[in-house]
Amino acid sequence: MSTYAQKKGFGATLWDYLTTVDHKKIAILYLIAGGFFFVVGGLEAVFIRIQLAVPNNDFVSAGLFNEIITMHGTTMIFLAAMPLVFAFMNAVMPLQIGARDVAFPFVNALGFWLFFFGGVFLNLSWFFDGAPDAGWTSYASLAMASKGHGVDFYVLGLQISGIGTLIGGINFLVTIINMRAPGMTYMRMPLFTWSTFVTSALILFAFPPLTVGLVLMMFDRMFGSNFFEASMGGNTVIWEHLFWIFGHPEVYILVLPAFGIFSEIFAMFSRKRLFGYSSMVFATVLIGFLGFMVWAHHMFTTGLGPVANAIFAVATMAIGVPTGIKIFNWLLTMWGGSVKFTTPMHYAVAFIPSFVAGGVTGVMLAAAAADYQYHDTYFVVAHFHYVIVGGVVFAILAGTHLYWPKMFGTMLNETLGKITFWLFFIGFHMTFFIQHFLGLWGMPRRVFTYLPGQGFETSNLISSLGAVFMSLGVIVLLYNVIMTSVKNERVGNDPWGDGRTLEWSLPSPPPFYNFKQLPLVRGLDAYWLEKMEGKKGMTPAEPLGDIHMPNASFLPFVIAFGLFVAAFGALFNMDDKAWSVPVIIIGLLITFGAMFLRSVKDDHGFHIHKEELMEDDNDKGVKA
Amino acid sequence: MKRLAKWRLISVFAILSLILSGCGEPFLSTLRPAGEVADIQYDLMKLSTLIMVGVILVVMVIFFIVLIKFRRKDEKIPKQVEGSHKLEIIWTTIPILLLLLLAVPTVSATFKLADVSPMDKKDSDALVINVRSNLYWWEFEYPGQKIVTSQDLVVPTDEKVYFNLISSDVKHSFWIPAVGGKLDTNTENVNKFWLEFDSAKAEEAGDLFYGKCAELCGPSHALMDFKVKTMDRDDFDNWVANMKDVKEPAKADTALAQEGQEIFNKSCISCHAVTPTNATPPEARLAPNLSNFGERSRIAGVLDHNEEELKNWIRTPEKYKPGNLMTGKYPELSEDQLDALTEYLMGLKVQE
Repeated sequence: MSTYAQKKGFGATLWDYLTTVDHKKIAILYLIAGGFFFVVGGLEAVFIRIQLAVPNNDFVSAGLFNEIITMHGTTMIFLAAMPLVFAFMNAVMPLQIGARDVAFPFVNALGFWLFFFGGVFLNLSWFFDGAPDAGWTSYASLAMASKGHGVDFYVLGLQISGIGTLIGGINFLVTIINMRAPGMTYMRMPLFTWSTFVTSALILFAFPPLTVGLVLMMFDRMFGSNFFEASMGGNTVIWEHLFWIFGHPEVYILVLPAFGIFSEIFAMFSRKRLFGYSSMVFATVLIGFLGFMVWAHHMFTTGLGPVANAIFAVATMAIGVPTGIKIFNWLLTMWGGSVKFTTPMHYAVAFIPSFVAGGVTGVMLAAAAADYQYHDTYFVVAHFHYVIVGGVVFAILAGTHLYWPKMFGTMLNETLGKITFWLFFIGFHMTFFIQHFLGLWGMPRRVFTYLPGQGFETSNLISSLGAVFMSLGVIVLLYNVIMTSVKNERVGNDPWGDGRTLEWSLPSPPPFYNFKQLPLVRGLDAYWLEKMEGKKGMTPAEPLGDIHMPNASFLPFVIAFGLFVAAFGALFNMDDKAWSVPVIIIGLLITFGAMFLRSVKDDHGFHIHKEELMEDDNDKGVKA
Repeated sequence: MKRLAKWRLISVFAILSLILSGCGEPFLSTLRPAGEVADIQYDLMKLSTLIMVGVILVVMVIFFIVLIKFRRKDEKIPKQVEGSHKLEIIWTTIPILLLLLLAVPTVSATFKLADVSPMDKKDSDALVINVRSNLYWWEFEYPGQKIVTSQDLVVPTDEKVYFNLISSDVKHSFWIPAVGGKLDTNTENVNKFWLEFDSAKAEEAGDLFYGKCAELCGPSHALMDFKVKTMDRDDFDNWVANMKDVKEPAKADTALAQEGQEIFNKSCISCHAVTPTNATPPEARLAPNLSNFGERSRIAGVLDHNEEELKNWIRTPEKYKPGNLMTGKYPELSEDQLDALTEYLMGLKVQE
């Protein structure tokens, strides 16, 4: 991105990014916004570990602690992990299937800005009267009793960013179904594209239940309805169901793309095609399907009765099977390969034991009767951090190093990358391994402090020290990013030398139209096949011709901004502020006005002519 | 990857020493099961851990072979292998069998732990306790015995005790880690389960188990502890009889305590009952029943049971349990009044 800054000046670059509909630039926006929220959520995590380092600590107050844990969970899931995953989907998936952009570039930009304004809105709660404090699960009885506007920020912010995620998912689905290059059949798609496909389908079915729950809660808090008010005939267990019907697939929404990234890395740096490709695809789809059948394992102690608990226990255990298939396929991909330990490969290799540890505790948790002991203890905290950090965050860090050259045209420093890896890896296990035992020894989760004399002191201190290592790892990564951007050494198409899929056949970063001529895909690992036959690039599937491109537009930003404004009005309407209704109206007018403008104004995009494309041959990539 | 191997070795030793260093406190840890429910759960934990350690071993063996044997040494292109049906079938069926091995005892245990049929039988002599959770305290009502107490649950050992659970305000969760658990106290419905307290294990734990709230319920969620006093059936019957004897508020015996009782009757009694045979409907009991306050193990569930801490608590409850509902419900008390009130409260005992 620094190249743009040097060439265009800050204002022009900013305007470029505010109006862009290019999937590669939107990917960078997702990466920056997601990275920012990752740091925010990470700081919140550090505060949690400082508070719990010693018993009876008063670093933060009890109420503030609950706000911090709520925002840590909400930020990390909705505002860090998901957008970072979306960043790689945007950056890589269209290139992997040989497309010039996603199906709906305008909607793609709209999805980003909705997520962004939803996230900003949620985090502004810190500067009004307190952040949400009912946990990221926001269980209804506590959320309804929560004073102040924290929970309202949660309800409104997540609705806005949820719309963004939903339309992003639909966009990816349509793109993968319709825009694959000639010869790119479903069973030739790279695994990262497959996981994007399945993840998008999960988003499509999982986000509506969350939105339903959020809307019901908004009605309860804003208009005095009683969906969750037990004394008025409401039922808070319904919230739990709605939340987890979304919440469990959400885990797979995060981890399937992680599986996808690792599948690419294992194949690349082992110089072998993915072992058991078709069973990997099958396992991905099966995990996605089963992911919707197991939500009640989060509610084993809610009192659903032994029949429901037994059914959901067995269904949950079943997920272990396709996940196991994946683990063995990855191992066998490396078996007999030529394994090179680059930074991304470090994460991929470390992912296997870390994720297996998270997976086996998952099966332990599935045993309903035993789960009564684990539920809502630090055992669960350890389990899901092993899955989400050991799976998703490792994948995001691996993906950052792997795709950095493709996104920015320059390589992150490998030595610093490995230092980041070791700091983060050691810190991660130090922080979370011991927490399994804390839970078994009787420490509930979400406690703002603990009393001495219960055997929790040493282990909590070890856990907090681990967080120091993780923080250092992230600092080294940030330093690496800055140094790399300053040096800005340009790289070619396939900087790792082991690229297998279409994105590595393009310049780094690719020109804004991606493919001058759509490539002809002749099999799985299309670029690798060509390389092995001694060819330099892909065989084109079409003659050189004009390329139709969409125009940039400021409207996505405006549409999202209008909802952001309206949400503020809605929030303060609960205090009967006189100005709140006009604010709601102004906000909605901005949104619907922009939508109207979009609908009535014809925008046919523009064409890049054949002659320009030929000229581009000389300085490709730089102009982008 | 030698560094990785070395680090793994160290971590294995660290894990071993951790396991040897203990399984937690006998009054608190799920790894020191002290009753039938915790035993069943502990057995299930051991079984699942055993199976899973087996899985981990297999994965790790392949993992290390790969890391050591297949490092890139030259620029040769390895053979591109598509897959292997035989291997696929092996690593699909074996996990299925392992999971069945775990699923059968899981399902049977799940049904066993949910079996509360003796509660509903007529003329059943099963001991039933109604647990009601409140921000941030616990009430225990013995409907068969018609007595109410709070914060310290008193139970007989070596027999099944049945629980009805409900919450007055927000959702909490009732958990006695060493004895078994856990079940949520919902706001809209009664949840039922049973526990059994083993006398020998209870003795090891000093006849006092720690209970916890396991569901985030507000600022003082971390401090919503309760205690479980265990005793044999005779002692328990004796305790029940003593509790039932207190038909009306006990008369204070010293002059100071009498002064305290007057303060109590003026400032505290509208929320706190001091008779165990409390006729107020459950929803209207606003604060812990204090009939046997002098015999409790903690003040407000978390502070040491002595006069100094009691005074601290009454002075500024907010400092010790943020967000509690007692703060501001009574006039400020002078130090003399505090002395008197403390004397009175500490004298509230039902057993000699």
